[in-house]
Amino acid sequence: MATEVHNLQELRRSASLATKVFIQRDYSDGTTCQFQTKFPPELDSRIERQLFEETVKTLNGFYAEAEKIGGSSYLEGCLACATAYFIFLCMETHYEKVLKKISRYIQEQNEKVFAPRGLLLTDPVERGMRVIEISIYEDRCSSGSSSSGSSSGSGSSSAGGGGAGAR
Amino acid sequence: MSVMVVRKKVTRKWEKLPGRNTFCCDGRVMMARQKGIFYLTLFLILGTCTLFFAFECRYLAVQLSPAIPVFAAMLFLFSMATLLRTSFSDPGVIPRALPDEAAFIEMEIEATNGAVPQGQRPPPRIKNFQINNQIVKLKYCYTCKIFRPPRASHCSICDNCVERFDHHCPWVGNCVGKRNYRYFYLFILSLSLLTIYVFAFNIVYVALKSLKIGFLETLKETPGTVLEVLICFFTLWSVVGLTGFHTFLVALNQTTNEDIKGSWTGKNRVQNPYSHGNIVKNCCEVLCGPLPPSVLDRRGILPLEENGSRPPSTQETSSSLLPQSPASTEHMNSNEMPEDSTTPEEMPPPEPPEPPQEATEAEK
Repeated sequence: MATEVHNLQELRRSASLATKVFIQRDYSDGTTCQFQTKFPPELDSRIERQLFEETVKTLNGFYAEAEKIGGSSYLEGCLACATAYFIFLCMETHYEKVLKKISRYIQEQNEKVFAPRGLLLTDPVERGMRVIEISIYEDRCSSGSSSSGSSSGSGSSSAGGGGAGAR
Repeated sequence: MSVMVVRKKVTRKWEKLPGRNTFCCDGRVMMARQKGIFYLTLFLILGTCTLFFAFECRYLAVQLSPAIPVFAAMLFLFSMATLLRTSFSDPGVIPRALPDEAAFIEMEIEATNGAVPQGQRPPPRIKNFQINNQIVKLKYCYTCKIFRPPRASHCSICDNCVERFDHHCPWVGNCVGKRNYRYFYLFILSLSLLTIYVFAFNIVYVALKSLKIGFLETLKETPGTVLEVLICFFTLWSVVGLTGFHTFLVALNQTTNEDIKGSWTGKNRVQNPYSHGNIVKNCCEVLCGPLPPSVLDRRGILPLEENGSRPPSTQETSSSLLPQSPASTEHMNSNEMPEDSTTPEEMPPPEPPEPPQEATEAEK
């Protein structure tokens, strides 16, 4: 497993993108925005299962908070209706506030947890809330051959093996 | 060495978005391509209300109460505000998958179904999910290259997948989906009230004035009254009926699309898993629930490639080959029949005759 520490800028400069993994939405609870916590096999050698699950569960918690149907959301809805929705010109909705919290959290997670392991999380908002895109980077300096462009399954496992072997 | 400074206009993401939408005000406004009927709607509302304020209101404010034009003005402003909100906002378009994501999904599908021989149309791709103990199928959209979330549908007119797709409304010139359904409902509700209000006070005006100067003289003095009454009469039957229909849908937390296809009705079908079972709760969720922001990021700036050129559009270019569906009538009859789901080969599907303003999706 890669143990060298990179910061985000170094990662983008020195590493080449090996492959991407997409965490799909979990519709078992209806149309609310939740992501599957199933651990993708491509990340097996890159990050601990528990860390990954914790990140996804925290994100799911944020989205549940954003879409929570309760007193405050009704109040916001009724107030907005009473002002013929002009209030949205000057006020941010609760959902937008939570989305900002989410992007701050993802940035923080990228800096602390994912970048040191050669991974990068993309905010689902940039992918239409369909997927959490995790980019897996390969070190240009540490591995001999870049495995970008190969199929994701064999590519990442050979990249992981190649990376470990080159050390 | 001389340095040439070239001022380039910033390219925003809306300029490269696929799909058949029109954007105005540098991406702030998003509508369908055909706006003719929307202009007609605007003209009818503005025209009728202008006549009402100019003629009848002046008489009634003096004879009866000044509150009459005030209340009419409030209804008028509210319905215009909700109309413009419905027409100009993003209905909940799901952006198309980028090439990496599309390739990933294709590989997953091939892994489960096996490779398809060249030249054969692949079978419709369906994933099964369980929602609240009921199985719901997710369909794969060949245009957008995504598995559509439940209740989402592909609008053949705008060529976009829309979340909680209700229908494409030519009268507002936009799709009605998750993000603008409440505005649409409030628009038809306030328009119904406005129509009833204008109609009623026109009758009152004619009645009052006829007592003084006679019926024919009244009509000669304000010929606009006849026009208003005619417009209101026809609008009443359609818009009030539509409001009733949508009130029924809201109470059951259903979309027009689901109602037409009969997704939740019939003996062998599952029950609507999205309904809370309680009318009040359903209404609250649909009309006052949290409003997700647009994920399209229309006004985001497209990054420049290293060689100075714009990256090629990574999404499919929209085909302009599909003939546009004709505008459907707004008249609603009591014997409407929900249409069964269209066959995959129809392109585009014909408008169902009864339910108003419906445009069925092109199932791929």
